[in-house]
Parts: sequence; C-alpha cells; structure tokens
Amino acid sequence: MKLKVDRSALGFFGIAITFYVITQTLISLGVLNDFWMTLLRFGAVLAMVSLGLNLIYGFNGQFSLGQYGFYAIGAYSAADVTYRWTQLHSASGLVVLLLGVAFTGLFFLGVGNLLKRLPRMDTLSAFGLYVIGTILAGLLAVLLGKLFIPPITKLLLFIPEAIAAQIVFLFAVLLAGVLTAEVAFLFGLPVLALGSDYFGIATLGLTIIVKVLLDNSDTMFGFQEMKGARGMVGIPQLSSWFWVFLFLMLMILIARNLLHSSYGRAIISVREDEIAAKSMGIDVTHYKTLTFIMGSTFAGLAGGIYAHINGFLHPDIFNFIKSFDPLIIVVFGGLGSITGTIAAAFGIYMVLEGVLRLILPQGFETWRYVIYPMLLLVMMLLRPKGLFGTFEVPFLRQLLPPPLRKSPGSLENDHKVISPVLPTSEGG
Amino acid sequence: MDIQISPNKQSSWFSRALLKGYLGRGLLLLLGLLVAIRLGTELFHNPQLFVQQIVNGLQLGFVYALIALGYTMVYGIVRLINFAHGDVFMVGAFVSYFAVSRFRLHLWLNSVAPQLPNALTLLVGTISVILLSMFVCVLLGVTIERVAYKPLRDAPRIAALITAIGVSFFLEYFGALNFVFTPNFTTYQRPFEVTTWYIKNGIHRLPANTQPPSGSILFSNILVIIIITSIFLVTLLQFIVRRTKIGKAMRATSFDKPTARLMGIPVDTVISVTFAIGSALAGAGGVLYAIAFPQVFFWMGIIPGLKAFVAAVLGGIGSIPGALVGALIMGQAEALSAGYISTPMRDAIAFSLLIIVLLIRPTGIFGEPEREKA
Repeated sequence: MKLKVDRSALGFFGIAITFYVITQTLISLGVLNDFWMTLLRFGAVLAMVSLGLNLIYGFNGQFSLGQYGFYAIGAYSAADVTYRWTQLHSASGLVVLLLGVAFTGLFFLGVGNLLKRLPRMDTLSAFGLYVIGTILAGLLAVLLGKLFIPPITKLLLFIPEAIAAQIVFLFAVLLAGVLTAEVAFLFGLPVLALGSDYFGIATLGLTIIVKVLLDNSDTMFGFQEMKGARGMVGIPQLSSWFWVFLFLMLMILIARNLLHSSYGRAIISVREDEIAAKSMGIDVTHYKTLTFIMGSTFAGLAGGIYAHINGFLHPDIFNFIKSFDPLIIVVFGGLGSITGTIAAAFGIYMVLEGVLRLILPQGFETWRYVIYPMLLLVMMLLRPKGLFGTFEVPFLRQLLPPPLRKSPGSLENDHKVISPVLPTSEGG
Repeated sequence: MDIQISPNKQSSWFSRALLKGYLGRGLLLLLGLLVAIRLGTELFHNPQLFVQQIVNGLQLGFVYALIALGYTMVYGIVRLINFAHGDVFMVGAFVSYFAVSRFRLHLWLNSVAPQLPNALTLLVGTISVILLSMFVCVLLGVTIERVAYKPLRDAPRIAALITAIGVSFFLEYFGALNFVFTPNFTTYQRPFEVTTWYIKNGIHRLPANTQPPSGSILFSNILVIIIITSIFLVTLLQFIVRRTKIGKAMRATSFDKPTARLMGIPVDTVISVTFAIGSALAGAGGVLYAIAFPQVFFWMGIIPGLKAFVAAVLGGIGSIPGALVGALIMGQAEALSAGYISTPMRDAIAFSLLIIVLLIRPTGIFGEPEREKA
C-alpha cells in the first residue's frame, strides 16, 4: 500500500513540475503572451478561492457565499502593505498588520482559554468578548507599531531593493491570510450556528458589507491609498507565475492532507449527517469553524496574490454577483472533488475570457455572458453532480486506513474509497 | 457527561456575568440604545423630516414586499432561493416601459371612449399596464420553472440553485444586448402625471414647480398608488392562500411534498401556480418601482431583488405576513440609515440588521423553528 501512495504522489508531482517547467519556458521564450499569462494566473487564483469554498461547502456542507468577502479582505490588506512599502517607502503597513494580527491571535488564545474554564457560555457573549479583544489588539498594534516602524524600515532598506520587495510581498500575502483567518473566526463564531441556508445568506451579507466598507475606505476609514470607489492603483505587480503556482500547489497539498487525516474524516462526517456525527462524539461546531477558517484563509491568500497580478483593485471586483463564481465553479467541477474544482476554475476562466473572446466575431463579445449561463443550464440539466462528480486523481483520492484487525473477508476492502455522497437536501 | 451547570461559588462576578450571557445581551442592548437615541434626538429636533423619512421608507418597503412575497412563497414550497426572481422584476419594469413609452397602451381607453374623463382613462390605463406586466411575468416565471427547475426536482438542491443563478445571468445579459433592452439607463415615462400633496395644518395640493412650505410633509400619488396596490395584492394573496382550494394545496405541499402527492394533490401544478403568483407579484413590483424611481436598466433587478430576499429572510422565509413585515422593516432601515447615518453605508446597515436579527432569532421574526431532521 505504501508503494502505491508513493507512486501516485510521484506521478502528481511529476505532472505538476513538468507543467510548471513547460509554462515557465514558454513564458521565458515569449511564446505565451501577456494575455494568456494573465489569464493563467487569474485562473489559478480563482482555483484557490474555489478550493477554499470546496472545503467549506463540498466537504463540510456549509453553504457559504462569503468567499469573495474574504478574498477582498485579503486583497486589500496585502495590497496596502506592499503599496506602502513600494510607493511610500515605509514599513508601516507591514508592522501594523503584523502586530495587529499577532495581538489579535494572542487575545483570541486568551479568550479561548477563559472560555474553556467557562463552558456553556452564551455564543453572543463569547462573540462580544472576542470583539472587545480584537479592538484592544488593534489599538495596541497601532500604538506599539509607531515604535517599530522606523527601525524595520531601515532594516528593509538595507537589503537590496528587489529582494526586499519580494520579502514584503511574501509577508503581506501570508499576513493577509492570517488576518482573513481571524476575521473568519470572528464572523463564523456566531454565524455558523445558523442553519444551512441562513448561513449562506449571512455570509452573502458579509460579502456585501465588505464591499460597501471598501467603497468608503478613503472617506470614512482614512485609508487614503485605497481610494475607495475610485479603485486602488499603483500596487506593485509582484505575483509572478512562480508564486502563483507555488501557492496553488501548497493549497492543494494542505487541502489534501487535511482531508486525508482524521480531521478530514470528521469534516466529511459533519457533511453527511450532523446529528450522527455528533452522536459519534465529533465536536461539530469545532470542525465547522475549522473548515470555515481554512477555506476563508485560502480565499484571503488568493486575494493577496490577486492584488499583485494587475496592480489594480476596485471594490466592484468583489461585487456579490461575482461571489457566485466560486460556487458555480465548485458545483460545475463536482462538489467534493479537488480535481474537479481546479479543472473547472481554469476551464471556465479560460473559455469565458480567453477562447470565447477570440472566437466570437467583433462586436459580439457581450454574447459570451449569454452563452455562459446557457451552458451552465445545460450542464446542470445533464449532469447535476458536476463535470467530474466525485472523481479524483489518484494522489488526491482518499483511502480508508486499513482495518486494525484483518479478518479474512476484508482483504479486498483494504483500499475502499469512501463514496463521497453529495449533501442531500439539508435543512428541509 | 457531568458538566457543571451552576457557576462556582468562588467564581467572580465577572465570570458569573459572562456565564449567564449578560455580555452579549448587554452589547446588543447598547447597540439598540445607541440607534434609539440617535433616532430619538432626530425625531425631537426635526419631527417633520423624520416623518418624511418614514414615508419614503414606506414607499420602498411596500415595493420590496411585493418582491419578497415571491421569494418567500417559492422558498416555502420548493426550498429554493430563486435568484432569477429579481430579474423577473426587471422584466416586469421593462414590459411596462415598452407598453407606456413605445406603444402608449395606457391610453387605450381614450381611443375606445374619448368622452370619458381624463383621470379615469389614466387610472384604467395604469391598472391595465400593471396587469399586462403581471401577465408577461407569469409567462416568464412559469417558463423558467418548467425549463430550469422542474427537471431538477429530484437532483441535489444545489443544482437547482446553480440553474437559478444561470437563469438570472441569462436574463440580465440577454437583456443587456443592444436589440433587447440595451445596456444603458433608460428614462421611464410614467403613465400618469405626478401630483404632490403636503401635510401642514391639513392636506393641501402642491401646485407644480413650487417649493413646499417649510416644515411640511410631502407625499405624492405614487405613494398612494404603491400602498393601495400592494395592500390589495397582499390581501388577495392571503385570501388565495388561506381560503381557496389551490391555497390549501399550496400549504399542504409546502408542509410535506410526498404526503401531499399521496393525498392526490397535483404537486407539479401547485408549484407552477406558486411560481406564477410570485412572478405576477414581482411584475407588479417592477412597474411600481419604475414608477417610483423613473429609470429602467437591465441590472435594476439585482439590488431590489436582494433587498427583498433579505426582507423575506428577516421576516421568516416561508411566511407571508413575515415577508410584508420584513419588507417594511427593510424599507424603514434603508430610508432612516440613508437619512441619518450614511447614504453609501445603507446596504451594509441593512445586512448588519439581518445578521443581528438572525443571531437573535435564527429563523427570522415570523419563522417557525426548523424541524429536526428525522
């Protein structure tokens, strides 16, 4: 059995690295022009966001429409950090975000410990405590940040400019991810207790609230560089294909390893039947929160990368209409299939923005959004379980651990694939 | 498991307060108090403006109610968030636009019987335009149901949701094509003239092109038409659902579909009728919205549709009085937050209100608690 897993892993990484090498050579040789390059990177970012949603919805059964809200949070926070570094030559964004995230994390841990000593506490009260903690952490970060900004700026100026930019970029994206995780935790805490559809609506609300806040980021919140509804420009274009590909691969690996662990089995059991899972001793709330945070963090990281592809951000990019895109991709590719999600993300994006744009005659570009929903309709009518159903490439396929005591009859059941069933009509 | 229920004797007042959930309730109470104080001072400082905002909110709220009813009925029966509903609303507005501006259908009585008074002609004309929009929307809604939702009745629920989003995109982008509704804003010509009244020591008519006296509350015949039409339609709907045979069938289907089918209820017909009624209400809502805010646009259905949906959830999705109350609350929240807090933030405030209400009452104001899965 060990050999088999190794071979599938080898094959997976072999294909991935070959794909990367080929695309990278094509880019270096100039065969792949900017248009297709941008499409490829956008497709990868969309794949990351959808992968996060697949974790939340496909594997854990929580119907979330908040993916683009977290995407926006990640994009804007990372963009702000790198903007301040490259345009204003100050590490203020980096330092304040780092401290803020760290203090918030510490406060969360402290409050979490307090809550452990007080079980049965009201969710709203717990939420209130966390919110107070977050506000305190933010204030503390801004106050303490003033001390640390000059030395860190000097330190970074000491390093060669290109390397410093890359370091700031990497930190910005990672911190944006952590910030998104904290926001997701805070938001998910009270909201995850709602039923399935209500949870979806509340997360849709998050997307809209984030968008409105970003629209007013310069007038009401004092982030002049974000320029509110006029759109943020001047973000350094640091997301090379290398970074995009690396992050995508990391996310696939993290998702895969999470789902193949005992955590993953618990997560899937919550999707299958919450009450049964609870009666098996699985802490349903814990796993729901965990998956929600993981999925949202993927969106946040993807946002951080997205912001540095074109160097332009606008709140309308994160409009709630767009927030259906990851949902469509996840369902199109097959709920609960990582392979399907990645393929659908690239496929839909390439077809919609690339191929259709090229094959449709001049003046008929608007028709592609007429064709696209029709395709979607036909697809759903013909294959309601999605293009790939629950198919996975061997490396991502989930194997049940071998039974502890082998009985003679169970030999052929060694590698039984868990049959991932679609979440049936929940909440009815 | 033996979990300690009562707080320890030696625990501090702080942990005891936390345990009883005072903190959460206290914070919510504080928030509510802040809003109440803000609104209260405004009411005290300038009562006329406050009442004016309430009146504006009513106008919005009743239009939202018409859309929200469609959402709530469809959700109540097939458990589907019908995202295409907002676009049916948009089509309703466009139908009335074409009827009024292009074909002048609202004057049909004039060509039949020119000796009738003008006001009567316009009244009949407006009603017939509304009826025409409702009729077209019924056709559209039933077609959507037959083509996109019916084949997926036994598929996973998400498949129908995705087709709903697909239908919504299709209607929007098809409408945006140049030979359909064009991608531009179009000015809507009302079928009747706007007459404004003001309230100050009694109701007076405001002559055209004059400023109202300060401290007066304005309202127009648009408000009157919207309120009368909405109340009439809501009452009619309530009558259909509560008193007629098809209404009984609808309630039975919404309660338990398989059993209803066993009892001989034609479930598919009932679902189609539900879509038809919902779409008719959306069509009427579209006409009224276009009359109130005279502009039509292929994306005009999205935001009102979403707000109405939020209203339906706020009131308890599946409940008809809930949809009405939720819509009125949404209208007030939007008008008051636009008037007193911040206009660009009003969507965020509306959604925050929704989330807060859901946290306190997870199934909305009039919603019944979800039944446990067997």
